[in-house]
Amino acid sequence: MPTVRLGFSPAPAHVRTARLVAVAVARRAGVPEHLLDEVRLAVGEACSRAVALHRLYGLGELVEVEMTDGDQFVVRVMDRAPAETRLENGALPDPLALVVASRDVAGNGDAFPDETVAVGVGLALLAGLVDDLEVGPCEHQRSGTVVRMSWRAKSSRHQGV
Amino acid sequence: MELSLRTRTVADRTVLEVGGEIDVYTAPRLKERLLELVADGTRQIVVDLEAVEFLDSTGLGVLVGGLRRIRAQGGHLMLVSGQERILKIFRITGLAGFFDIYPSVEAAIRPDSRDIGDGSTGAGASSAPVT
Repeated sequence: MPTVRLGFSPAPAHVRTARLVAVAVARRAGVPEHLLDEVRLAVGEACSRAVALHRLYGLGELVEVEMTDGDQFVVRVMDRAPAETRLENGALPDPLALVVASRDVAGNGDAFPDETVAVGVGLALLAGLVDDLEVGPCEHQRSGTVVRMSWRAKSSRHQGV
Repeated sequence: MELSLRTRTVADRTVLEVGGEIDVYTAPRLKERLLELVADGTRQIVVDLEAVEFLDSTGLGVLVGGLRRIRAQGGHLMLVSGQERILKIFRITGLAGFFDIYPSVEAAIRPDSRDIGDGSTGAGASSAPVT
């Protein structure tokens, strides 16, 4: 049972709100201060990815975020994008490969390959930031992906770390 | 905190001072500013990230796009940041070696840094002193 549940329309401006809420809930859950920057960045990346997918497919449904505290602070970010956007075997794209691949596009003069780079880099950032990360299909739904992340919480506070 | 953008000229270089948060909401404004500078003929841009409090993949994407664009015009784009939280993002994503990152604007505009990042060193060349 989530402690906090948040739903927001897929607008970039709301990603900041989600980040702020996540950090506030994480701090209250006892996530160590030095990990809060990671929480902020990781939740922001997961929400940005969801917003980008909803906008790409013209979906007006809310992006959902669930936060659960306990020994672990668990965040689940759920989108409703079509099943084909789900990662195969959880494979993450290589950001440098994306950058190199964007060279020809940019070399032609007009294109500015920031979106293609950002989508792949975002997942790479998530993988690099979060030790406990799972990306999989939403349960009980034909579409959508859930990004699940967790950080140690109360146990570290009890140890006085 | 909102994104702030301020441009100044040091030596013959344009320094774009960026402050606040660069994320999916604000990154389009940074992109627009970089495109304006290139369109105005600027070929030596130092993007000063010292006052940046938050940078995500959207911001990285815009910086990559800016670097590509200015290199295509024969110019240079350098980054300035001494903040570990920002540098860490470049390292995690493997983009640290793609950019020339300096710890200060002074280091970026030193005459001996002028030939760095002209494309001949290639993506992956790590001439950046702080990464």
